[in-house]
Amino acid sequence: MAAAGDATGRAVEAAARHSYGKLVAYLAARTGDVAGAEDSLSEAFAAALAAWPEQGIPRAPEAWLLAVARRKSIDRARRRRTHQHAGTVLLMLAEEITAHGDSDAAIPDERLRLMFVCAHPAIEEAARAPLILQAVLGLDAAAIASAFLVSPATMGQRLVRAKRKISAAGIPFRLPERDELPERLDAVLDAIYAAFAAGWADPAGTVARSRHFADEAIWLGRLVVMLQPDAPEALGLLALMLHAEARRAARRDEDGEFVPLDEQDVSRWDAGLIDEAETILRRASAMGTIGRFQLEAAVQSAHAVRRRTGRADWLAILELYDALLRLTQSPVVAINRAVAISELHGPRAALVALDAVAGDPRLAEYQPYWAARAGMSALAGERAAADDAYLRAIGLEADPAVRRFLQKRRGA
Amino acid sequence: MQYMLLIYQNEAGMAQAREQDITEMMGAYGAYTKAMQDAGVLVGGDRLDRSANGTTVRTENGKTKVLNGPYAEAKEQLGGYYIIEAKDLDAALSWAARCPNAQYGVMEVRPILAM
Repeated sequence: MAAAGDATGRAVEAAARHSYGKLVAYLAARTGDVAGAEDSLSEAFAAALAAWPEQGIPRAPEAWLLAVARRKSIDRARRRRTHQHAGTVLLMLAEEITAHGDSDAAIPDERLRLMFVCAHPAIEEAARAPLILQAVLGLDAAAIASAFLVSPATMGQRLVRAKRKISAAGIPFRLPERDELPERLDAVLDAIYAAFAAGWADPAGTVARSRHFADEAIWLGRLVVMLQPDAPEALGLLALMLHAEARRAARRDEDGEFVPLDEQDVSRWDAGLIDEAETILRRASAMGTIGRFQLEAAVQSAHAVRRRTGRADWLAILELYDALLRLTQSPVVAINRAVAISELHGPRAALVALDAVAGDPRLAEYQPYWAARAGMSALAGERAAADDAYLRAIGLEADPAVRRFLQKRRGA
Repeated sequence: MQYMLLIYQNEAGMAQAREQDITEMMGAYGAYTKAMQDAGVLVGGDRLDRSANGTTVRTENGKTKVLNGPYAEAKEQLGGYYIIEAKDLDAALSWAARCPNAQYGVMEVRPILAM
């Protein structure tokens, strides 16, 4: 799709971005087959690339794509010729007749049900969040793999296995009952956060697709909050994402260069989003059940304090990371905690804290670990160690602006 | 869809169970089977004899080998099965959870492939 540089190619790409998850969810909810829905949809996109240059871009692109993809799904179900699929064919034929081909608004939104299918306990736990990212947002296995720190081949197999199980085992497209909700909701929230992080990795939003992931993640977060207003962690996650989103513009200077959090111009933070985040977080903490996302959001809140006082509340940040580390045992949390220690007690104490997690094999290829190590070593006057750590961080960074920033720091 | 509910139970534990517990469990199985019949989901099912009374057979290099005992030694053994008709996995899982064996052993739910 990227090869088509003309107006049609762009229209198809825009439709892919806006409609992918909605159409996969719609088709899969009817066939029970996520992989088949994805295949039907990609055939529909291919058909659009062939037809739109001649016929012009349709008034309702989503409805056009759905009509083609539905037809492909009917063919797919017919080829199987089983009793189970006969019902599917009849249902979809009936919908084909009553569908309004000239309106995108009439297509029901099944994305939340699809998310809960992906988070079903019968699905391998490590596949649940990646599955949501792929099926709802259309992320490819390689992008998901890098967000979850596993190899693309492993992630690819995991996704294929999970999709096969959804259709083979007959996992239903329905919203969970109250008693099953907490477990299922955790998996959904994890996936939304991973989607947001994937979009966050491109702070300038220059890659339209990854900017879109952050927007979509916030949208999904709002959707879950709307449907589950009394789930404090869902509120915590939304507050966390809004806090981060509020700082998007400040993460680049006029020349497009990377600006780290502690050097950002607070006047470029989005006050409206921060206020919304604070209101949501207060609503969550009033419910009296603490959790990972609320703690992460509270950390962001303690950073936002800099707007008024000129300095982040590092004491609160360290306490929050202490609590997070007890809760998650995550090496990523340990790195952030070390940064807070550095602010409060100096770089040598922070390096000691980092050493405690240095043995974790996942960190060997994790850029923020080496960048944190480099910064602290430099502050401690250990030039050789800082130089070595900067080099590793630079080698692991994919974003050119962040790479340039690290190279400048290394040379300083 | 059709699902097989496989009943895995600890035979050694069962052998030591008190007479009264066995009677109670058989009663529970009877009620469970009737509930599935009444709901119209039951397709079939059987109890299996102890795994020690099983025999495995395979052909190697054209010769048939027969061995005493079950295929796999494990803590739990296959002790029976039900075949049910259920609209989806969640419905099958909720029937599996009601089986008296879910309390003592492990239930496995497997979709049956349409031939």
